[in-house]
Amino acid sequence: MAKIGFPKALYYYLYYPFWQEFFTNLGHDMIVSSSTSKAILDLGVKETVNDACLPIKLFHGHVGDLASKVDVIFIPRMVSVRKFATETFCPKFLGLPDMVHASMEDLPPVIEEKIDLSKSPLELWRVCQRIGKEFGHSQWQINNAYWHAKKVQHRFFKSMENGLTAEKAMTGEKKKYTKDKNNLKLAFLGYPYLVYDNFINVNSLELLEKMDVEIKTVEMVPAKKLLAQRKKLPKDLFWNFSNRVMHSCLYYLDDEKVDGIVHVTAFGCGPDAMVDKMMELESKNRGEVPFLTLSLDEHTGNAGVATRLEAFVDMLKIRREKQ
Amino acid sequence: MKVSFPYMGTSHIAFSMLLRNLGHEPVVVKPTQKTLTLGTQYSPEFACLPFKILLGTYLEAIEKGAELILTSGGIGPCRAGYYGVLHQKIIDDLGLNAKIIVFEPPRNLSIFDLLNKINYVIKLNKIKWLDFIHYFKLGWQKLKALDEIENYVHKIRPYETNKGDTTQAFEEAQKILEKAQTKEEIEEALQAAKNVLDNVPQDKSRQPLKIGIIGEIYVVLEPFANHHVETVLGELGVEVHRSISLTGYTSNSFIKEGEQDVIKAAHPYLNQLIGGHGINSIGETVLYARHGYDGVVQLAPFACIPEIVAKGILPKVQKDLGIPVLTLFLDEQTGKAGIETRLEAFVDLLKQKRYRANVQDKLVAVNL
Ligand code: SF4
Ligand code: SF4
Repeated sequence: MAKIGFPKALYYYLYYPFWQEFFTNLGHDMIVSSSTSKAILDLGVKETVNDACLPIKLFHGHVGDLASKVDVIFIPRMVSVRKFATETFCPKFLGLPDMVHASMEDLPPVIEEKIDLSKSPLELWRVCQRIGKEFGHSQWQINNAYWHAKKVQHRFFKSMENGLTAEKAMTGEKKKYTKDKNNLKLAFLGYPYLVYDNFINVNSLELLEKMDVEIKTVEMVPAKKLLAQRKKLPKDLFWNFSNRVMHSCLYYLDDEKVDGIVHVTAFGCGPDAMVDKMMELESKNRGEVPFLTLSLDEHTGNAGVATRLEAFVDMLKIRREKQ
Repeated sequence: MKVSFPYMGTSHIAFSMLLRNLGHEPVVVKPTQKTLTLGTQYSPEFACLPFKILLGTYLEAIEKGAELILTSGGIGPCRAGYYGVLHQKIIDDLGLNAKIIVFEPPRNLSIFDLLNKINYVIKLNKIKWLDFIHYFKLGWQKLKALDEIENYVHKIRPYETNKGDTTQAFEEAQKILEKAQTKEEIEEALQAAKNVLDNVPQDKSRQPLKIGIIGEIYVVLEPFANHHVETVLGELGVEVHRSISLTGYTSNSFIKEGEQDVIKAAHPYLNQLIGGHGINSIGETVLYARHGYDGVVQLAPFACIPEIVAKGILPKVQKDLGIPVLTLFLDEQTGKAGIETRLEAFVDLLKQKRYRANVQDKLVAVNL
């Protein structure tokens, strides 16, 4: 049985549970790269074009971390996960396996199956069949693993909708926030690999929790309600994660009202240049909701983020008292 | 009505004619440093350079009285397809009164959307559809003529004996084309413009280097955005070839899929459309290498998503096919001097490479 490496970056935060169940059900070992650290960051910076955004650099670092530990590395080419106009993932996801190959040598074999689920509702099943066959499993075994994985993934999404962050939903930890009506409610929105990677966002979630703030993320919006926001925009965005962030922003502005919105974004992120401005304008036009952009890069210091978040939360508290 | 549109290379000459024929008054804003500063001020920091330049030109056009701005959309997956929406939101937020109409390329049912929008624009002056089609064809013909002249310029410039002559002749050629109004006139003007360029004194004994230009469409087509890369290279004695043109681009993205060869050539390196011109940049580099070009210059806005992906993959193409690539990322802080120095160094490198290859050929010949 093979040791399969899974980089703890990018799509990991939303789709790992599925693949973990799929591969272990087939009898393989899943090895996840170490959590993001200075060492991984340095490795990634060394390997990538310097114009790439931070998350892409980190991804290379995670791949490097796995290289000597596993038999194969799983780097699917994430194209789309639903049928939604012409939506795909950010172009950097689309070219990810190619970028990795062009810049890193001496890698173990890479599984780079294309995941383009907009094609048909059966596509994920087909992808699984193709991957499973590569490893020599029978159709029956693969079927079985596929259904189990689907179930696990469904449960994972549900527990996030119930208010758990991705990490807690994965470890099966029970819900910790005490819902106190007096607590501030803050939407902490952004791509999952920024919101849930404690290294990149310098522990923002924990910090906010300590300030007794109830945190709301993109994944906590019920799927149907999220989708319903679509009609409020004149045109869909082209990228899956961007649409999700934008829709969740509208949801927290109109439906489940929050005290403030923080947008976490990576320095130099292409799609976010548009998304951030849209969010800022919507927050302004839909009830003057306070809005903070938290731009993260490899030099982001602990102190800087903490001060900004504290100041923002203080401002929200004062605002609430006044009302 | 006063109508404006995105300024890109020489295309404004054709668009202005079309608008005038439709009874509108075109507002043409040629981007300058001031435009860029204005656009940058109101754009998100990480918006791509074309977004900022265009916003600047729109704001200046509105200042000059434009009430309507016509532009094209695009189906991504890239930001350009969303420019129109965000430009409009920013203009509204500033409390200005102007409407942006985005013509989306027709796919599936959206052809009605396109027809509706055209209908709106022409009915403002009660123009009949039949007339519109006639004027549109004329505009297209002029656009093609302008493209042809520009390619012609690139072929002549490296041979000019007096630096700057070609550029001057090009200006004159544009004026000739600008005046032409009917089908026959445009045909004649094209010929006359070519004659003007042929009259530039040339030294045909030269053997210029050949460089292909690839990258994101706006910064390739608009000299203000790329600090006149093509002129600089031409005056360094290089014959440049541009992989993208508006008529080529427009007919590809608007009317048919096309470009199959380029995409096929890219396949060994990138087997996935990534939006913008990302895959084209890879495929075109392969094709330039195969056709004996000395080098390739990649032009991209800073933080341009598809071009960054392409840049990440190009080193492999360079290594396999031995074609040097110079990437220039452009933003509002890029200076002309810096670009020029880098181009000069690149041209020197290519000259040496060619010289060495020649010497080696000769040595091989002697050994035989
Ligand atoms: S969405 Fe932004 S941060 Fe994510 S990969 Fe694309 S450019 Fe990078
Ligand atoms: S191709 Fe580049 S410049 Fe054009 S919209 Fe996309 S990121 Fe911006």
